[in-house]
Amino acid sequence: MMVTIAKRLMTVVPTLIGVVIVTFLLTRVLPGDPAVYFAGPAATPQSIAEIRKSLGLDRPLPDQFVRYVNDLAHGNFGNSLSTGRPVATEISSRLPASAELTLSGLLLSIVIAVPLGIFAAVKQGSLVDHLCRIIATAGVSLPVFFTGLLLVYVFYFRLGWAPAPLGRLDAFASSPPDITGFYLIDSLITGNFETFRAALGQLMLPAVTLAIFSLAPITRMTRASMLAVLASDFIRTARASGLDGRTVILTYAFRNAMLPVVTTLGMVFSFLLGANVLVEKVFAWPGIGSYAVEALLQSDFAPVQGFVLTMAVMYVALNLFIDMLYGVIDPRVRLEA
Amino acid sequence: MTEGGTADLKSLYRKRRVRLRDFRSISGTRIINLLVPMAFRSSQGGVAETDRELRKVGTSLSAPVTELQPKPPTNSIFRHAVYVVADNPVTGLAFALFVLIALGALLGPHVVPFDPLASDTSATLQPPSLRHWFGTDLLGRDIFSRVVAATRLDFAIAVASVALVLVIGGLAGIAAGFFGGWTDRIVGRISDTIMAFPLFVLAMGIVAALGNTVTNIVIATAIINFPLYVRVARAEANVRREAGFVQAARLSGNGDLRILLVHILPNIMPIMMVQISLTMGYAILNAAGLSFIGLGVKPPTPEWGIMVAEGATNIISGEWWVAFFPGGALMIAVFCFNLLGDGLRDLVDPQRRT
Repeated sequence: MMVTIAKRLMTVVPTLIGVVIVTFLLTRVLPGDPAVYFAGPAATPQSIAEIRKSLGLDRPLPDQFVRYVNDLAHGNFGNSLSTGRPVATEISSRLPASAELTLSGLLLSIVIAVPLGIFAAVKQGSLVDHLCRIIATAGVSLPVFFTGLLLVYVFYFRLGWAPAPLGRLDAFASSPPDITGFYLIDSLITGNFETFRAALGQLMLPAVTLAIFSLAPITRMTRASMLAVLASDFIRTARASGLDGRTVILTYAFRNAMLPVVTTLGMVFSFLLGANVLVEKVFAWPGIGSYAVEALLQSDFAPVQGFVLTMAVMYVALNLFIDMLYGVIDPRVRLEA
Repeated sequence: MTEGGTADLKSLYRKRRVRLRDFRSISGTRIINLLVPMAFRSSQGGVAETDRELRKVGTSLSAPVTELQPKPPTNSIFRHAVYVVADNPVTGLAFALFVLIALGALLGPHVVPFDPLASDTSATLQPPSLRHWFGTDLLGRDIFSRVVAATRLDFAIAVASVALVLVIGGLAGIAAGFFGGWTDRIVGRISDTIMAFPLFVLAMGIVAALGNTVTNIVIATAIINFPLYVRVARAEANVRREAGFVQAARLSGNGDLRILLVHILPNIMPIMMVQISLTMGYAILNAAGLSFIGLGVKPPTPEWGIMVAEGATNIISGEWWVAFFPGGALMIAVFCFNLLGDGLRDLVDPQRRT
């Protein structure tokens, strides 16, 4: 097992190198002079030249790259132009908000999609199966920012069940002490149920929006994978041996059907991280997505670069985690490695 | 090889050329009309049949060519298309929707009742009525006219980015699949690196770096779709690398590049068509998402994503129609392309029919 993990970790290295090169190239090689960018619209040629020198842009490209990697290694993502604050602190203080939202959305959608997919596969052609099919096709067509707005209209404006879509907590509540950065967990640890309820209320709509978005691929894959497994010989044998349906489906079939589903989760997570940006904008969520969007509109490049890099590293880490999970689910993967 | 055998191969090869010329004569504008029969022709009558013919030639070298002549499958193609569409009427619906969207993109700005840019301060934020079918926005602009007029820009962005990635990704993919080795490794490394990013996030970064314009949205959308096209084209080219008709082409003195472009490329076009249809929806979603967060398209221009963004503030105060109709149009367009893609895939690749 340790060897497998080590081997898999090695494959991350070239990917990470690629990611760092791309984020570096995004500012340096493509058309558009970053110095002009940083100098702003009212810059004189002198000030641009000065900025170019201070940013090290007058040096050769490999030199700049070494400097960039060195900065990254020291946790230095550069400074934001508009706020002057270091990007790394800003991102790390906002990351929990984004993580809480994305993970809640993913968890919610797994909790709904996996049972739905299993049920659709077991009762093929039933009402649930048709429902599943509609969700699978319609779900991928929904623009996530549009779903979010519709939910706001129905549950905030029409029904009044949800609070105003303005961030993680309403203005009157105080945030829980910073332990994990996840408001739900922190408020539970400190036993502050009032805050827990308020945070949950704020989280509900954006998390549901993300869940609707990711429901489709997970349901589709669960159904397809379950259908394939249910048609196989060992399931027939298990049934013939007189095991009850529940054991056959949950213990025998589901465990074998899980591998493709977990693979899909990796892809779904990529989409979720992108959708997260849009949802954060709709719900004024103070995460790294809205931070990057604000910076983008002001042509403030360092935060965007830091954001892209953070997201990519998170995604690479998640894919690594999923590969580890294979070994836990399927012993054959462990043997092959 | 006997003289008769060589002659057979050559005549077969000549037949193959004729068939390929058919492919090439398809012009861009007519491609949609021809898509259905074309898709089928290649998957059923193209590669497999020629392959079989060549194998037969291999075993009985002197067999007369006339016996090997495949029956003209025109009639059965049509019947198969009707059968597949009848089996899944949703594909027909999707195709009708597609025609509607294409018409909107072509004629939209000329047939709308109001100027999509003209504001009318006396009629701001009116709910849908007979005069303003979709209501009016904060500046009194007619939303119906704006939604219809926006079709052209959204459609153009999607078509341009898909065309770009089809050329670049498709060529890189078949080169990787056909040559293997270093070409394969380099192309594979590039697409792996792109895939290491969450795609929408990468698109944001690219637009930020290249500059905030519509052209750069097209480029960013093309880049994030690159790995998908490479993967499909690579797999398809790889399968055909040692196919009979490729060996025959090589035997009769064609260079690698010519085989790649004239023999392999036309044969993977049907599969690529499915890919186009499946990624069109994603391209529209992606472009609209980028303009929703304020990238690319500038405010007065009618575009679905930016219109939803403009209506977002109105949603909280109850004026749902400002964001609802452009969002709905976006949703229907994406839905249409996804269904169309599924339908085309059923036609081209019956095994994956669900």
